[in-house]
Formats: sequence, structure tokens, C-alpha cells
Amino acid sequence: MARALSPRRLAVTTVAAWTVALIIFFPVLWMILTSFKTEASAVAMPPEFLSADWTLENYTEVWSRSDYPRFFWNSVVISVGSTLLGLLVAIPAAWAMAFVPGRKTKDLLMWMLSTKMMPAVAVMIPLYLLFQQLGLIDTKIGLVVALMLMNLPIIIWMLYTYFKEIPAEILEASRMDGATLWGEILYVLTPMALPGIASTMLLNIILAWNEAFWTIVLTTTKAAPLSAFIASFSAPQGLFYAKLSAASAMAILPILILGWFSQKQLVRGLTFGAVK
Amino acid sequence: MSTHSSRLAARMMVAPSVVLLLIWMVVPLAMTLYYSFRFYRLLSPDRTGWTGFTNYVWFFNSPDFWLALFNTLALVGGVLVITVVLGILIALLIDQPVKGQGMLRILVIAPFFVMPPVAASIWENLFMHPQNGLFSAVSRAFGAQPILFLEQYPMWSVIGIVSWEWLPFATLILLTALQSLSSEQLEAAEMDGASPFARFRYIILPHMTRAITVVILIQTIFLLGIFGEIFTTTQGGPGSASTTLPYMIFKQAIAAKDIGRAAAGGIIAVILANIVAYFLMRGLGRNLEN
Repeated sequence: MARALSPRRLAVTTVAAWTVALIIFFPVLWMILTSFKTEASAVAMPPEFLSADWTLENYTEVWSRSDYPRFFWNSVVISVGSTLLGLLVAIPAAWAMAFVPGRKTKDLLMWMLSTKMMPAVAVMIPLYLLFQQLGLIDTKIGLVVALMLMNLPIIIWMLYTYFKEIPAEILEASRMDGATLWGEILYVLTPMALPGIASTMLLNIILAWNEAFWTIVLTTTKAAPLSAFIASFSAPQGLFYAKLSAASAMAILPILILGWFSQKQLVRGLTFGAVK
Repeated sequence: MSTHSSRLAARMMVAPSVVLLLIWMVVPLAMTLYYSFRFYRLLSPDRTGWTGFTNYVWFFNSPDFWLALFNTLALVGGVLVITVVLGILIALLIDQPVKGQGMLRILVIAPFFVMPPVAASIWENLFMHPQNGLFSAVSRAFGAQPILFLEQYPMWSVIGIVSWEWLPFATLILLTALQSLSSEQLEAAEMDGASPFARFRYIILPHMTRAITVVILIQTIFLLGIFGEIFTTTQGGPGSASTTLPYMIFKQAIAAKDIGRAAAGGIIAVILANIVAYFLMRGLGRNLEN
């Protein structure tokens, strides 16, 4: 609904919109600025903006702490692993529900979404005990499985929404040409569904990367990803503000960049196609 | 196009997901239900046995429980109101033909990608901290005492932090809906002399109903389980002032090591989520149908 505006109104709305956007973004910006200050400068009162002592030391120090790269690597393995595993299970299911819908398909989809509404704490103890029995506590594979199951309903829903938009006639045509079921999926459907699969993948990597319940409950040290590491990082009396900020910046930057590149598809994906 | 064999194949393709989700849901839920009727404390491993509804009774008699229930609903409700209202306003603003809209979207969506512990620790340390936070510096600049956010207004502070995280999501979905509104309709209304408020009330708002519905639905799913923000900032305190139901259960399991009570709390949380889901689906289902 963009309409032409007078130059004055354009200026006013531009200033207003940028002010609001900068306020929303400011906490992230302030954290990034703090991460480049010395510890003394980070807690200086009144706060230092341009006069601060700038340094890269926080980053080198956080990175060289032997455990930080491990937390980082755990985050990568767990978020990517759980997403790929989830796609493997979800793609056939979403395909079937989108192209061979039965009478119960809508109910089934609703039921799947309703499993997301079950509070995680409600099943925390049994899952902890089950994981303990299976020797999965504080292992990457354990978290991969847990986060895969946690996000599976969302993966299925998103894929279902994207697959629904592929015209069924194309599949019928390929079937007439004698394509087998798997051939159909592999050579006809997959190329058309690839953009949808890609944005589903991105969103779920982000959700898994940022997950902060199961990662805290199911890990101690060995398999803990960044979300568990940051949650336990206390800053007694502001002694480590700059280092905390550097660690935080490194924890969110990969996801922030990934998200910025794909924000349009992400927002649409998460509405399950209900908003266009 | 659904022959018998393709139908069978389709079932086989859905089956793994259904089985996995059933196991993920039913097995732990059955175990939780079982433990909730048992005496099971990790600190006194010798005493075990059935206790009937004792664990549930403890919850209902605990003043903390009613506070936690209230806090849980206040968190979900508060964040929904703030994000939807501000989201609509910001979406209306950004939807104007402003300079650099692409960059604006990038700035606005950023908080959505910040993981909960980081979001919580930014606000706790860099902003709300009574000595070193930016807010206290602002208070002092005006000669006022710094506000003790997390000590005096813990629940409001948590609601504020979570709202900041979810505002981008609400804003961008509402913006997407707004951009699909045809300008002709608005111009016609304008020429007929409709006031800006009337245009908003009778054209823009009805157009956004579906988007608002989606925002409420998706956010409620995530907000009912909010945990990391409280774990990082207030730890449910001071006292139990910012303890939500999930956090109260977590405390029973981890701090008190009372598995039976935590399990009973878990079942109560499931029932609460079902009640919320029921009203949500009933109220919102209609909006999503067409």
C-alpha cells in the first residue's frame, strides 16, 4: 500500500521509523560496542561511547580459553545435526500429507502441532532418566535426537505448507510418464521444493542453536552448546562485562548473519503460509 | 490421484513421524503420570511407595503455586499484548514509504535471532544492573535513585525482556500482511472522507486479523515454555516473585530433588497447556479456516 508522500512527510516518517528501529536494535549494538571495550571502560560511569578504550583483547581471550571453541563446535553439530535428521524424517511425511491427503490429515497436523504445546518441564524428569539409562546425558547425539524431536512438528508444518503450493498436475504428468514414487520425489518434487526445504532448514538451525531448555537440562560440560555456556556465565559485580559481551557476540553472530540473509522466507515460513 | 498403493505408500511415509512424536510424547508423559503418584525423593532413596494425590495436594496448598500460575499467565498475556499492540504500530510506521526500508527490517528483526540466555544477560548486566547498567546511569543523570528492576519488578522485567525478543516476529508478520493490502481501497476510503482512525478500524485492522491470529498462536506455543530468560536473570526470585509454573517444577526437580512433586507439577502444567490450547484453537481456528 505504498503511496506517494510529500517530501516533508517522507522526512518525518523516515526519521520516526529509523528511531524506532534503532531503539529495538540498540541492546544488540550496545553489547557489540561493550565487547570491544576494556573491562574498566565497560563499567565506567557515566557510560563511555566514543571516549572508550577500544580493544580486541576480549575476543582473543574468550576464544583462547580452551573450552570456548568446544561450546561453539557443539552448537554447530547439534543445530545442524538435529535439523538434517529432522528433515530426513519430515520430508516424506510432509510430502505424503500434501499430495495424498486423507480424511484425517488436517487432524493429524493439528495433533502434531499440539505436541509442541506440551510444556518441556512436564517431561523433563522421565526424559532425563531415560537419557541416563541410555547413556545419552551430556552427549551430542542425545541433544541431536532431543532437539530433532522437539522441532519435528514445526519442520513438518513448514514443509507441508511449502509442498502444498506445488501444483499437483506436475506430479500427475510425471506419473503418466512412468516415474516411480521415489523417482517422483527425487527428480520432480525436490527441485521444486528446494527453496521451501532451504528456509525450513534455516529456521530450524536457528531454533536449535537458540534452544536453552534441553541444552541446560541434558548437558553438563562435554556436549554443552553455547546457549548452556552463556546461561551459566555469571558476571560477578560486573568484572567481566566486556568478556561476557564478546562471548555473547560470538554466540549470536553466526545466527544473526544467517537470519539476516533469509529473513523474508523465515517470517513467511514461521506463519505456516497463513500470512502472505 | 490417490490409488490404493499410493495411499499405502503415503501412510508408510507419515508413519515414522507419527511414531516418533507418539514416543516423544506418550512415554515421558506416562512416566510423569506414574511418578506423580509416587513418593520419590532423591535425598531419601530408601522411602518409596504410592502416595495417592499427596504430591498434587502439596502443589494446590502451596501459595507459590498460585503465584506461579498467575505469573505464567501474566507472562503469556503481557507479552502478547505488548508485542501485538507495538507490532501493529511499528508495522504501520515501517509500511510508509521510508528511506532504507531493507536496512530497517534488518535492524528490527535482530532481537529475534538472539538466543534467550544472551538476551537475558544483555538486559540483566548491561541495562538493568543497579550499579553498572545503562538504565541506572540514566536515572543518576536525572538525579534519581537507580530502579532495582530485577529485585523490585522481577516479573515486569522478565515480561519486558521477552517482549523485546518477540516484538520483531510480531512486527514482521503484521508488516507482511499490511503490504498485501491494496492501496486502492484505502485511497477510495480517503476520498470518501474517512478519517485515518476510521481507515485503520474498518479497513486495515480487519485485513490484519489473520496475521494477528497467527502471531498469537505461534507466540503462545513458545511463551508457555519460557525458561532460559528466568534461569539467567532472576532464578525465579526474589523469593518466588518471578517463578512461573515451568520454573517452579524445575526447582522442585533440581533444587528440592523431589521427583514426585515435580512430576505432579508437570501433569498440572500439561492440563493448563491443554486448557489454553483448547480456547486458543476454538477462538482462532475460525480465523484460520478460510
